[in-house]
Amino acid sequence: MSAVYKKELRTHLNGMTGAIVIAFLLLMVGIYTIAYNLRGMYPNFETTVSAASFLYVLAIPVLTMRSVAEEKHAKTDQLLYSLPMSMTQIVLAKYFAMVTILAIPCGVICFYPLILGSFGTVRYSTAYAMILAFFLLGAALIAIGMFLSSLTESQVIAAVLTLAILLLLNFMSGLATLIPSSAAASLAGFLILALIAAVIVRIMTKNTTVAVSAGVILAAAMVLVYAVDASLYENAIPRLFSALALFDRLSPFSQGLFDVTAIVFYLSAAALFVYLTVQSMEKKRWN
Amino acid sequence: MIEVKNLVKRYGSVEAVRGVSFTVQKGMIYGFLGPNGAGKSTTMNIITGTLAATEGEVTVNGCDIYEDPVGAKSAVGYLPEQPPLYPDMTPNEYLAFVGEARGLRGDKLWDAIDRAVEKTGLGEYADRLIKNLSKGYRQRVGIAQAILADPEIVILDEPTVGLDPRQIIEIRDLIRALGRDHTVILSSHILTEISAVCDYVIIIAHGRIVASDTLENLTKQYEGKNYIDLTVRGDESSVRRAVESIPGVEEVTVDPKPLGRLHVRIAADSAADIREDVFFRFADARMPILSMEYEEVTLEKIFLELTGEAPARTDSAALSAEVPADAELAEQPEPDVSDVPAPEPEPPQSAKPPKPKKSGDDDDYTPLFGG
Repeated sequence: MSAVYKKELRTHLNGMTGAIVIAFLLLMVGIYTIAYNLRGMYPNFETTVSAASFLYVLAIPVLTMRSVAEEKHAKTDQLLYSLPMSMTQIVLAKYFAMVTILAIPCGVICFYPLILGSFGTVRYSTAYAMILAFFLLGAALIAIGMFLSSLTESQVIAAVLTLAILLLLNFMSGLATLIPSSAAASLAGFLILALIAAVIVRIMTKNTTVAVSAGVILAAAMVLVYAVDASLYENAIPRLFSALALFDRLSPFSQGLFDVTAIVFYLSAAALFVYLTVQSMEKKRWN
Repeated sequence: MIEVKNLVKRYGSVEAVRGVSFTVQKGMIYGFLGPNGAGKSTTMNIITGTLAATEGEVTVNGCDIYEDPVGAKSAVGYLPEQPPLYPDMTPNEYLAFVGEARGLRGDKLWDAIDRAVEKTGLGEYADRLIKNLSKGYRQRVGIAQAILADPEIVILDEPTVGLDPRQIIEIRDLIRALGRDHTVILSSHILTEISAVCDYVIIIAHGRIVASDTLENLTKQYEGKNYIDLTVRGDESSVRRAVESIPGVEEVTVDPKPLGRLHVRIAADSAADIREDVFFRFADARMPILSMEYEEVTLEKIFLELTGEAPARTDSAALSAEVPADAELAEQPEPDVSDVPAPEPEPPQSAKPPKPKKSGDDDDYTPLFGG
């Protein structure tokens, strides 16, 4: 596993991606810090980092786009499959290499509160809690990006797909307010989700019968629940969207709270998408 | 060392490999021979764990490739069809990565790299970026990667593709040298390559193994043999009586055909040209020879026939479409028109299916390797 990790790390650092991501994050967080804390004379570093989290939408796709897609494109994945190690080890090695790249700018950012502290009073505990949450958010987004990269052979498609998904995640809470909160509208939304689920099942299993029956069962269950107790659907879709809004989980931290649920949420999201990446790689052997 | 049982691989509705079984013994060089698209690469990918089989099982060194993939894979070095190289690395860096991934560390790792670089003749190229290397040198890096960790089994998928003649000879020498202390499986669609280095040949076509034997046996059995195809009018027992006593005749197959004709295929030792004897025997027995075709069989011809045969035999639609034509011809005053071959008896040069002229009866051709 360490061999793949080292190789990945070297690829990111020798190639441009690692350098670009590190430089971009440091430059932009530096500009935010100057604007908010130095020129704005605002002592709260949490807000700066929270605002800077939008940068992930641009930085993460660059970091993750080649992770799996390029291996498939160059057919080097055949080497990985024939190495005496499990796919989980390989994917974890790739994942940790990218997280290590992200840890470099986050480590540098850790000096900023100290620098700011020499000009005034900075609450270090909340500032560092925020940096930790910022780092874990990035780690979760890297897992998502890596999974999307494993779906395609093209780096460009992987990058665009990741950018679009991260933008959606960033706007998620705003989107949630736009959606009608009535029970009927939510039912309609869930039926669409059932349809999407059926399409995904069709793509994964290539079996129309299974896909149709899965879709029908899901839809029937939803309609049944609606018939029994419609109030369950009240505001359901907006709540679902807000629950998925990864970026908004930072807001308690910017208010000085250490939100353990957010930490758990980020770690679970990362684990889920690392797992999905392993499955996606394994599936390629079975296609 | 390797046991492959009833391997089947389907891509959607396409069957790339249909029921391949073979066993690989220690310390031999195996040649996997077949035309492009025969299923060679797919089979090799499955043995190395790169692909999963739809059905069947693979055991490497006693480790099942599904239940103990790590154990199975650590005994195998694999060069896929396209060498899996990272263009932004130098061969040394790349080999260091592969070596570490295969569990080599420190001095052992660098010794292994030095050995692999030396064996493959990478020498001065070991510190250039792989993307700047020519195809031949990339192929060498791929081979170096496969033999790096000194695995018991080395599997090379078309290792000499894209090399110049001198490199091909070098790589063949290298493979022969590898064969001394490794088990090597080598795939190719080039017959001379297989016959130059391999001890044992597995011929695969259309996803099936059509022949599998040592090179010596294959050559002995088939290269020194000539075939005479005859169409005669008469009955089977008198044909056999007439022919079987000719010195040099090894095997006679007789197939009845419509209108009292017989198709006779005589396998004879190549040392003796028995055509005249055959002619006089049939003349003595008052059995008219309607056609006679003489073919010399080489290993190359066997390969072409074996690998070209399957589609003709499985393409039942084409066969059934031809049956009425044959029947129509048979009703004409000269009933043997459909059986008289073109006047040249030269062995065909192309991979066309054997005996295309005998449309309609696909059973009259006995496969040389028993199917």
